[in-house]
Amino acid sequence: MGTSKAILTTIVTMAALLLVASVGAAAESAGTRVEIKAHGFDVPELTVPVGTTVTWINHDDDPHTVTSTDNAFRSPGLDTDETWAFTFTRPGTYPYYCTLHPLMTGTVIVRSGS
Amino acid sequence: MSERVDVDRRAFLQCMAWTGTGLLWSVSGGVLSSRPIGAEAAEAAGPPATFSFAQISDSHLGFKGEANRDVLATFQTAIARIRALDPKPAFLIHTGDITHAQKAGAFDTARQALQSAGVERTFYVPGEHDVFADGGAEYLERFATDPPGRGWQSFDYRGVHFVGLVNVLTYKAGGVGNLGAEQLEWLERDVAGLASSTPIVVFAHVPLWAVYPQWGWVTDDAGRALGYLKRFGSVTVLNGHIHQIMQKVEGNVTFHTARSTAFPQPAPGAAPAPGPMKVPADTLRGVLGIRELTYAAGRDALAVVDRTLA
Repeated sequence: MGTSKAILTTIVTMAALLLVASVGAAAESAGTRVEIKAHGFDVPELTVPVGTTVTWINHDDDPHTVTSTDNAFRSPGLDTDETWAFTFTRPGTYPYYCTLHPLMTGTVIVRSGS
Repeated sequence: MSERVDVDRRAFLQCMAWTGTGLLWSVSGGVLSSRPIGAEAAEAAGPPATFSFAQISDSHLGFKGEANRDVLATFQTAIARIRALDPKPAFLIHTGDITHAQKAGAFDTARQALQSAGVERTFYVPGEHDVFADGGAEYLERFATDPPGRGWQSFDYRGVHFVGLVNVLTYKAGGVGNLGAEQLEWLERDVAGLASSTPIVVFAHVPLWAVYPQWGWVTDDAGRALGYLKRFGSVTVLNGHIHQIMQKVEGNVTFHTARSTAFPQPAPGAAPAPGPMKVPADTLRGVLGIRELTYAAGRDALAVVDRTLA
């Protein structure tokens, strides 16, 4: 009895660990990360499921911003190697640009469900 | 009318002039010419200068990248060079990007440093780096106080009419430098009563001619502003933003872009993108600089001398 409970606990723990690992892997995948380099967003149009956190990282020597054209979000100035993340909780199309270099534009499309 | 402006812009690009360092530029009969600074003495017999003023640009205080690890030091060198100018400039014009990323204290640092330039007053226009984080709130509160407003301004000095324009406050996604209808209407009223013989000096951050639109080095409604200035016999336009010297003559209008005191940028199209350009440390000060402008009564245009920090 005690042994089977211990085994069950172990299985649940392992499953939980696997779940955490997979979530971590998803967060690190290229799909939720936008690299800023040479005055451009490397994924100009990104499609993600609702609830996704998207992270932008600036690799340029110039500062940049990630600023929604309709005020849905607005990053501070991102200096070299700085990152900024935003979690999209509602479906929709979110165009954005850099307020320093307005020719830099991108869009995040957030789909309901997964 | 608008077609004619477009043709003019194409012509601008076709005859963009590049210069090396240490050249004195002057305009005679609409033709731009240059000669080494050493030849200045030969001009001593000319009419006496009425006054001079200085331009400083793109100090980017707060920048910490490899292109210049100490932008405050090069800024202070630039100020020391202005202090050493003889004759003493009547005033100083800063054509924007005072700060790099609007970090706390950067505007104060710039102002304090500029107090040692030995000039009575410094006039400012903002660059996009001075206004991007807060839509210009901090800049306007500090610098647009006399008179209070949106940062554009004009003043007269010994018969020359100076106009400072703001073309970085109405940036929109996919857009470029822009003056906006309100400012253009102000400009039209501002110059309406002036005699066409009045020399005009315009200063703004982003170039008022199409230097390189692909990199945003252009002000989309500058044609309208220049239209209001067309009747004047001498118009000098001073810009920053591109961190390198370029000149252009269009009728009676002479355009000059200035060096930065912080770091150079690539020539148009010479790199995948604009931005701070790394050069060997021992050559950096040779591509940074200040500008001295001299107005001589009776001359068609201002004499412009660019000096490096080397």
